[in-house]
Amino acid sequence: MKNVKILGSGCANCKRLEQNVRNLADKHNLQLEIEKVTDYAEIMKWNILSTPGLVVDGKLVSAGIIPNDQRLLEMLQ
Amino acid sequence: MDDSLSLQTKPEIPWRLIGLLSLAAALWLLAYNTIQPLANWIAYTLLALPQGSRLGESLAFFFYDVPKIILLLGGMIFLISLLRTFFSPEQTRAMLGGKREGVGNVLAALLGIVTPFCSCSAVPLFIGFVESGIPLGVTFSFLIAAPTINEVAVVMLFGLFGWKVAGLYIASGLVIAILAGVVIGRLKLERYVEDFVWQIKSQGEGVVEKLTFQERVERSWESVKEIVGKVWLYVVVGIAVGAGIHGYVPESALSSIMGKQAWWSVPAAVLLGIPLYSNAAGVIPIVSALMEKGASLGTVLAFMMSVVGLSLPEAIILRRVLKPQLIAVFIGVIGVAIIITGYLFNWIM
Repeated sequence: MKNVKILGSGCANCKRLEQNVRNLADKHNLQLEIEKVTDYAEIMKWNILSTPGLVVDGKLVSAGIIPNDQRLLEMLQ
Repeated sequence: MDDSLSLQTKPEIPWRLIGLLSLAAALWLLAYNTIQPLANWIAYTLLALPQGSRLGESLAFFFYDVPKIILLLGGMIFLISLLRTFFSPEQTRAMLGGKREGVGNVLAALLGIVTPFCSCSAVPLFIGFVESGIPLGVTFSFLIAAPTINEVAVVMLFGLFGWKVAGLYIASGLVIAILAGVVIGRLKLERYVEDFVWQIKSQGEGVVEKLTFQERVERSWESVKEIVGKVWLYVVVGIAVGAGIHGYVPESALSSIMGKQAWWSVPAAVLLGIPLYSNAAGVIPIVSALMEKGASLGTVLAFMMSVVGLSLPEAIILRRVLKPQLIAVFIGVIGVAIIITGYLFNWIM
């Protein structure tokens, strides 16, 4: 099971990203453990400059954007 | 999933996409050149209103300005977004690293225009800049320029006032961002940054993306949909009010209260602009009609900058990383700079 963290303090795009991740997980039967990180001190450990950030298994894979579904799927698989 | 790898090794020229974009550009131009006759036709032929009547003038104005501004917003935001896909906050930070104050402030303000920025990301950006050693004043130059010189405001100023006013707006925004950053830097306010900011130690390298041309286009189209979807209603309402003023308010009715002679109009415009945050789309058409009726350019520019640049929500977001004293200085310095800009333009124009 992959651990997915969504970094962001409740911005609209953070919510959209979370929704997209959940939708993709449902559609492709991905086993994900989805976590939201909203504390800035914690978020900044990944050295991002814009939210939302996406961390998969401890590795930052995207920041500041909502990747399109194809990219997102690659990141999550 | 192997497709994506092979895509990177042989870059193909995306002819289909280029064709599609050319077609879109041609349609855009055709539409843009049709709206003036169409608006007149609706007002004077379809609705049979007499030329020169108040209602006719107002409606013709409305039916012309709404599609014009929506088309301009769509087309120009697409181009601006496309340009912005070549910039990122990470690259901007790297470019600003090691720059002295002064040069750093100028560069930060310029990069503030082209770097994709959302005020919801102001906190990570602030922490990331400061933590990497970029001076506080330089960071502020960026944080002032990025939201102030905002694409919706610039496009609408261009559409309703022409390129000169749009240019003046950009130039004043840059100067304010640079000077305010220099002043904040000189004041040595580092102690008013929340303490936890200085304790953060980021590891990790961030992410660098390689985008294909198609992804850049897709992303730009997404931001067109997002931004136009968010502001179109404000545009329609703002233009409706503006059209009413255009047709019904007598010439120079406002010169005594919003003209050059009224010294207090500039600070009053700045105060009035603060709570109107993010409604640039609705405010600009109204302001454009007011100017036609005698409001002066300096007052109008000061009002616009206050609406876009002095935003309470952004101040509240930044409160997470700045102590109240620094928030007060931040708002005060920008407020004073905007007021000076307003007086300056009232005086020289």
